[in-house]
Amino acid sequence: MLEIKNLSKKYEGGPLALDDVSFEVKQGEFLAVIGLSGSGKSTLLRCINRLIEPTGGDIIWNGMNVTNASDDELRTVRRKIGMVFQHFNLVSRSSVLTNVLSGRLGYTNPAMAFFNKFSKSDIDNAHKELERVGIAEKAHQRADELSGGQQQRVGIARAMMQNPAIILADEPVASLDPVLAHSIMQHLEKINKEQGVTILCSLHFLDLVHKYADRAIALNDGKMMFDGSPAEIDDAKFREIYGKDAERVG
Amino acid sequence: MENNNNNNKSLKKSISKGILVVLGLIIFAYAFQVTAVDFGTTRDEVRMTSLTRVLRALAHPDLVEYETAELDVDIPFYLPCPDGETPSLPDNASSEPYITASAICGAAGETVTVEGYNFPAYVQGPLNFITASGVKKQLEKFQADENGYFIYEVEVPNRQPVAEAQAIRATVRTNIGAPMWSDNAIATWDKIIETIFIALLATTIGTLIAIPTSFIAARNLMVENTSPLTSVAFSIIGWLIGMWIGSQITKWLLVLFTPINESLLFSLVGAILSFGLLYAVLRWSITADDSEAPSLGKRIASITGTALSGIAFLILFGISFRAIGAALIEPLGALGFLPNFMFQVGEIIVMLTPGIIAIFFGAFVGSMLSKIGQRISDNMPAAQVKLVNIVAASLAGAAIFAIFGAGVEWFYQIGNPVKTFYIPGAVGGSLGLLLALTTTAKKAMPTGLIIYTITRTILNGTRSVEPLVMAIIAVIWVGIGPFAGSLALALHTVAALAKLYSEQVESISAGPIEAVQATGANQIQTIIYAVVPQIIPPYISFTMYRWDINVRMSTIIGFVGGGGIGFLLSQNINLLDYRAASAQMLAIAVVVASMDYISSVIREKFV
Repeated sequence: MLEIKNLSKKYEGGPLALDDVSFEVKQGEFLAVIGLSGSGKSTLLRCINRLIEPTGGDIIWNGMNVTNASDDELRTVRRKIGMVFQHFNLVSRSSVLTNVLSGRLGYTNPAMAFFNKFSKSDIDNAHKELERVGIAEKAHQRADELSGGQQQRVGIARAMMQNPAIILADEPVASLDPVLAHSIMQHLEKINKEQGVTILCSLHFLDLVHKYADRAIALNDGKMMFDGSPAEIDDAKFREIYGKDAERVG
Repeated sequence: MENNNNNNKSLKKSISKGILVVLGLIIFAYAFQVTAVDFGTTRDEVRMTSLTRVLRALAHPDLVEYETAELDVDIPFYLPCPDGETPSLPDNASSEPYITASAICGAAGETVTVEGYNFPAYVQGPLNFITASGVKKQLEKFQADENGYFIYEVEVPNRQPVAEAQAIRATVRTNIGAPMWSDNAIATWDKIIETIFIALLATTIGTLIAIPTSFIAARNLMVENTSPLTSVAFSIIGWLIGMWIGSQITKWLLVLFTPINESLLFSLVGAILSFGLLYAVLRWSITADDSEAPSLGKRIASITGTALSGIAFLILFGISFRAIGAALIEPLGALGFLPNFMFQVGEIIVMLTPGIIAIFFGAFVGSMLSKIGQRISDNMPAAQVKLVNIVAASLAGAAIFAIFGAGVEWFYQIGNPVKTFYIPGAVGGSLGLLLALTTTAKKAMPTGLIIYTITRTILNGTRSVEPLVMAIIAVIWVGIGPFAGSLALALHTVAALAKLYSEQVESISAGPIEAVQATGANQIQTIIYAVVPQIIPPYISFTMYRWDINVRMSTIIGFVGGGGIGFLLSQNINLLDYRAASAQMLAIAVVVASMDYISSVIREKFV
């Protein structure tokens, strides 16, 4: 469903953040992206929905080339791609419900934004999504009144409102403690297993990769270092990915 | 060695410090010279007296007045002493106020001691010499003590000697009845209210224009807007063509609607009908669910329908509002300001309609051509795109410079089309050509940054002109009065607030914007859902602050004829009526202080 071909990104005046990266994501997969900080994981995820413009290569989404899509086409592509962020990226002064509903904007007529109006079915769905992540009673609270774990659940609910075919999760648990991290990962796993939503998730901790991912790709300095099952990452592979001084933790 | 080096360093440091101190002293010495500092004048006797007089007047604001009664207490005085018997003092046993003198006659220049009894305690008043013909000459200003007694030595004035008695008179003014607001207080009240409303109007209009402007002037929102040269050039040409079409249509519509202009009923019915049509078209074309892109036919139909019914509604609504307002001003009497408001709103709409129509058509044709340009750039081979670019960019450049030329012609009245049309056109055309030749065919141009820079430049230019100067121009345009002041302040408010607002937009966190964009939201949705919630508190805070400034500014703007309390204040200062001016200063202080308090309360509520 998603094919990355020879993708590269060079920031102006910076080094190559992505260097000729190619891989394929299959329908229903839980694919982890691993690598050190600054290895290009976030850039890779953001290139897929063109939050960052790639400087070379192609992204083929269901047979369509995203890299040269027009604004209208990009809108229809983006609304099928949910995204979850490390720092949740909620609008802190808006209510939880509004944050979740904003996941629906790709499907809503822009003119309706002036009236701040969503359809009744959207609002019902938003409540359902909040219920699914277990914070139904928080719907009318301000987003910044929630704890970190709760905020990330709002982020997941927002992504799910898009009725996505794939969710890009950019270090979804990196700013949460280990217990919360597992709870968020389990939510993603549930979405993956029960609803068949493909997950492309960048992760720091290898034990999380082993526990949740079907497949892993590894980046180092923007280059693909590994593509295969997490079980195949032995000590040698590990050093190749993280550098020879690295030590395994956790 | 190390030590030596350190010593050297510290020596250098102290020398450079010393030089800095000397330099600073020289600068301040020169500043004294330039600003003509002269503390000698501050102790000058004459100036001290004037200062005291003014300060005392300022301490007595002219706010209340009383009805007064005057009581004259006389003793006869002969100048010179009559021949023969010296007249005796009148009998002074009464409990009424009376005065006595050490002598009842005398020659000019002699000293006479005058005593007063039974006056009201602490009363003040003039002690006059009254000639036979009734002319006053003030001898002294008396003040009674707690027992109503005073004593003064006065000099007999040099007046024409006459035989009959002249008089020394003490005049006592007493206030009777309750205090009343003085005329000055009433005028001050009227004008301070005017001042507050000038500030309110200027802030409201300024804020409404500044908010959308601030988004264009925010770098973080604009930097991502890029489009290829083909699209940009097509868009410019489209805007110009569209605005020309719009202005032609407006001309035609104004002729068409002239008969309606006379009939109120007709225009009212027309306004209601066109509103209904507009509503229906909007309901039909805007569906909440946007998951399927509408067909081309529906798009064209909805845009045409919205445009036609919208334009008709605007014009008819404006005309009927204006007519209703005008008809109701007389019959409503004291409430006439309400229909006058209707009339003015109608007037504004009628006035703005041609502009709105022109901009609408400009935006429509511009965006259509821009899309066509985008398509060309996306789908055609680079060589052909380059060819299209050369033609389109030359045309667009020529058109822009021709418009500049027209502006130059308007300002300088050169009257030579070669200089103001052909040469600018040729220069613009060749610049466009140059741009098209030097850029890669499909390269994205930073259109957002260009618009940002232009907006910023205009805002900075406008902001650097003081509102006082703007008010002078506004006074020439719309005449002396509060309207001129409101216009000037509103313009300055737009420039100042748009800058402050846009800096707030630039400092918001990018995360939520990224998240909302990722959902497929377009630019308007992103602004409303990710930007607006983040900027509401600072916007309210800045608006209140600006209102505060505008109240203060509107007290000054009257100095140049911009209405408000400044007009009264400058008048009274010029008339040297410091007591009256003091009342106005007091009013300004009270209003500014309470504004400060109110704005801080509101800010606390929202932020």
